[in-house]
Amino acid sequence: MKFTLSWLKEYLDTDEPLEKLAEKLTMIGLEVEHIEDKAKALAPFTIARVISAEQHPNADRLRVCMVDTGNGAAPVQVVCGAPNARAGLVSVFSPPGTFIPGKNITLGVGTIRGVESRGMLCSAAELQISEDHDGIMELPADAPLGAGYAQWAGLGDPVIEINLTPNRQDCTGVHGIARDLFAADMGKFKDPGIKPIKGEFLCPVKVTIEDTSLCPGFALRLVRGVKNGPSPEWLQKRLTSIGLRPINALVDITNFMTYDRARPLHVFDAAKVKGNLTVRHARDGETLLALDGRTYTLDRNVCVISDEHGVESLAGIMGGEASGCSEDTTDVLIESALWNEINIAQTGRKLGINSDARYRFERGVDPAFMLPGLEMATRLVMELCGGTPSENIVAGNAFGEDRVIDFPLAETKRLAGIDVPLPEAKRILSHLGFMVAGSGPVVKVAVPSWRSDVHGKADIVEEIVRIVGVDKVPMTPFERGDAPRKPILSSIQLRTRRAKRALATRGMVEAVTWSFISKPHAELFGGGKSELALANPIASDLSDMRPSLLPGLVAAAQANADRGFPDVALFEVGQIFKGDRPEDQLIAAAGVRHGFASSRGIGRHWSGSVTADALDAKADAFAVLAAAGAPMQALQIVSGGANWLHPGRSGAIQIGPQNVLGYFGELHPRTLEALKADGPLIAFEVILDRIPAAKQKPTRAKPVLELSAFQPVSRDFAFTVDRSVKAGDIVRAAQGVDKQLITAVTVFDVYEGKGVEDGKKSVAIAVTIQPREKTLTDQEIDAVAAKIVAEVSKKTGGALR
Amino acid sequence: MTDLAQLESQILAEIAAAGDEAALEAVRVAALGKKGSISALLATLGKMSPDERKTQGAAINLAKDTVTQALTARRDILKSAALDARLASETIDVTLPLRETPAEQGRIHPLSQVMDELTTIFADMGFSIAEGPDIETDDYNFTKLNFPEGHPAREMHDTFFFNPKEDGSRMLLRTHTSPVQVRTMLTQKPPIRIVCPGRTYRIDSDATHTPQFHQVEGLVIDKGSHLGHLKWILHEFCKAFFEVDNINMRFRPSFFPFTEPSLEVDIQCRRDKGEIRFGEGEDWLEILGCGMVHPNVLRACGIDPDVYQGFAWGMGIDRIAMLKYGMSDLRQLFESDVRWLSHYGFKPLDVPTLAGGLSS
Repeated sequence: MKFTLSWLKEYLDTDEPLEKLAEKLTMIGLEVEHIEDKAKALAPFTIARVISAEQHPNADRLRVCMVDTGNGAAPVQVVCGAPNARAGLVSVFSPPGTFIPGKNITLGVGTIRGVESRGMLCSAAELQISEDHDGIMELPADAPLGAGYAQWAGLGDPVIEINLTPNRQDCTGVHGIARDLFAADMGKFKDPGIKPIKGEFLCPVKVTIEDTSLCPGFALRLVRGVKNGPSPEWLQKRLTSIGLRPINALVDITNFMTYDRARPLHVFDAAKVKGNLTVRHARDGETLLALDGRTYTLDRNVCVISDEHGVESLAGIMGGEASGCSEDTTDVLIESALWNEINIAQTGRKLGINSDARYRFERGVDPAFMLPGLEMATRLVMELCGGTPSENIVAGNAFGEDRVIDFPLAETKRLAGIDVPLPEAKRILSHLGFMVAGSGPVVKVAVPSWRSDVHGKADIVEEIVRIVGVDKVPMTPFERGDAPRKPILSSIQLRTRRAKRALATRGMVEAVTWSFISKPHAELFGGGKSELALANPIASDLSDMRPSLLPGLVAAAQANADRGFPDVALFEVGQIFKGDRPEDQLIAAAGVRHGFASSRGIGRHWSGSVTADALDAKADAFAVLAAAGAPMQALQIVSGGANWLHPGRSGAIQIGPQNVLGYFGELHPRTLEALKADGPLIAFEVILDRIPAAKQKPTRAKPVLELSAFQPVSRDFAFTVDRSVKAGDIVRAAQGVDKQLITAVTVFDVYEGKGVEDGKKSVAIAVTIQPREKTLTDQEIDAVAAKIVAEVSKKTGGALR
Repeated sequence: MTDLAQLESQILAEIAAAGDEAALEAVRVAALGKKGSISALLATLGKMSPDERKTQGAAINLAKDTVTQALTARRDILKSAALDARLASETIDVTLPLRETPAEQGRIHPLSQVMDELTTIFADMGFSIAEGPDIETDDYNFTKLNFPEGHPAREMHDTFFFNPKEDGSRMLLRTHTSPVQVRTMLTQKPPIRIVCPGRTYRIDSDATHTPQFHQVEGLVIDKGSHLGHLKWILHEFCKAFFEVDNINMRFRPSFFPFTEPSLEVDIQCRRDKGEIRFGEGEDWLEILGCGMVHPNVLRACGIDPDVYQGFAWGMGIDRIAMLKYGMSDLRQLFESDVRWLSHYGFKPLDVPTLAGGLSS
């Protein structure tokens, strides 16, 4: 919403400076977004006369001018390139030190091709008052030399633009803004009454409303014998000052009423309207050439005004070209109507029309002003164009409902924490147009018709508080009370946090990728369900909710490789979607490593350049699980499992086949191809929600530490087994021999090649035997060792090497 | 010179001449070994008269001690020289560059770090953290929050929708984290003190908007909390979060469907070459919206607005993270460029705490 200071002063008698008014507007909820004060910005630009203009000695296109800047000052020498610089011309001068807005420079004393220049003669474009940069400005010969140009040219009226919240339709007009400032003590509200104008004949055009839910009220009046033409200077200036283009008096009046009184109107050229008017739904496929010169195709959700020709106007949004008013118009139909806010908003959006009428009607205009608005417009038409008015005809209901709110005065203190005494509250409300009856503790407040946003007690509190000033509400410490200081994070929140830190300590970098990915990528990872496909994605590659973090991470790794950083280790901990119910949203932790980004270090290095392999991914997954509190002893590793992974270089992590926590391994070449990524690329993903909850412990004390008095014994065994035998099975077999005595089994060597038969491998384990009650004899140790050999052999077919 | 004295000086000369431990050992064996020259002299003692034995014995043993000492001394010298020689050959290039430790290389995304910071501050104020699903119903995202039918936010133009189900209803991607407030009010009895951080979505994509972004909202419902408390909490929060001693805030009346009265909050700042300084300057920068929870919202969530009251606020996590840490382009947050992440990310051990500082 834009208006000028002088326009505001039509309704507000005030001496407050612009800055103070602007600050007050912001502080009462009418946020000032921008003030354009041309008089201030253009203050150094003065009116001057060119005394002489001689050819520049060293440049064909330049002239050396002597300029009379007025006030008896000595002539100033200015080098000027404008073709119209000539002796006698009155133009605009700026001295050195002036900021030139159109060029974004500050002028200095210059020497141009050897001739000194002490200032500049300016074009309109350089002042940013028009696009005209063909030469310097030409002012009338009698323009006062030395006077400020902006003031002289009438640019002295600052333009204020406010960012209006959608609830304040009353402030889409200057009149309403003035009332708010009046309530906020910024001056006296001038509210000239509107006197009805008696009609001199019956309006010959009838109006029928087919659907009153779309059009609650419609008033119409004919004015005969008008003489249309350019509107007077005051009206043109009003409109141009806020960026509107004057068209002709009749149209200008409607635009004026829109900004002045938040009352959009429409004028039809009565000669071009055939028969009566009907307000109705458009028929599917009907078209209208609107006043913006575009043709719109309509459907039955659009509300239109039609006559016997067909659609003449898009109700509340824009009129039609065919019935519009021109300089030839002699009989004008003035429409002042009420429209359904939702329908206006939907139609405007659908047709892509942002008109000043739509802006107001979708916020809901004052129903009680439908007729006064028509009267005011009629008066303006008669004043500017003459003519004889008909009587009004009114269809539908011209008045809104009455709203009276029982308002306990204590409500302001309760909700806003500030005491506003009754006289003050009454003063504020009555200045805003509310009527207050009673003396408390509960008063009756009648809401004015233009405040369709006020419905209840809280709204009244807002009115009082915003005018008193939110800055007057004292800050009140918010005590946390004696609530226990317990941890506040849920288990999944803690797991998420720990997973992130655990992966980052492994040298991985956290990425945050999009929640939505392309359908083919979603399908690759078991997603792509129809319930997870967006109906209105912004792009086809952001169409489906992700079933996994990996497509996003793989794309990210590839993007980094494409930028010249191929050795990357990225992770993400975030939401994935298995369905559209809340319980289908899970938190996953996933990571990818590419190139020389193994867990032993990132990038090539003299100490060994290691490319990431599937077991790095396993290590990452285990680091996450351990940090997130998973029962590590209970985890089982199973080969393969996920079809997006290399079948031979991947595994699943599970606690029984029913609870798969996640997968790790090298990405399947087909997955890489589908994701357009260069391999090898290793990846893991675990679902943090699937980790079983840890048992709640009654105290924070750790279990008693038992330290054995006896030295542990270590024995090494090397087994020759088939290549397909899993090391994990050998370890498990050895461990199972005696769970009391055997405290650790580690694999310290895996070997295939010379000395080991083809198809076989050697796996060497070190077994730690921890005596519990006494030192073991050699025979006892040998017996355990023999059992280990026998058990491993039985479980895996391995032979001691 | 007696034979003994000659022998002794000969052995001592040999000891001095021994170039390494092996040569020295040969000298020792030749002198003191079973068949050594001094051992041989000692063996002659048995055949001597007691008097002779006494004088000769003392002389031979003295010679033996002298030789033994000389051997030990020479051995120490040789051993030390051998060690020096070995060490002199054992050199490494100490200028070889190290591998950076993983904990130095790894990074936490600025958004994660800032969420941890928020959690730390609000936990201290007695709030707990609530979360909810990204895929929401129209009812929780709009209707219960007092969005009127036909509100522009409810259109396909602004909000991501899923395809309609058989019953005509359709799910959507939450446009704010306010549905978490609804879920909390529907399941918990007041007093309620929560903050809800989370991912939110709107159809918007330009230099300052991304289709996904993050919000943190707060909600207090009890029997006495009012705008004064809200102002205090936000003021304390901003000081703590931006880690400044003082901050000037401006509360302006505004409008949201779900609060009444509604306010927008600006902080005073000065922008200087990409850096922002708070508590000084001419600019007012909008950072959040807030207000008293609208009675219609309380009613829709089964809470009597004449008994209970409270306030809520919401702000963009991405935005405050960018402000605090001087990140200029929102889109970079989601582009996973390792150069950007390494620069703006945080080391894994930099965990925000109140005691040690949020961003240390």
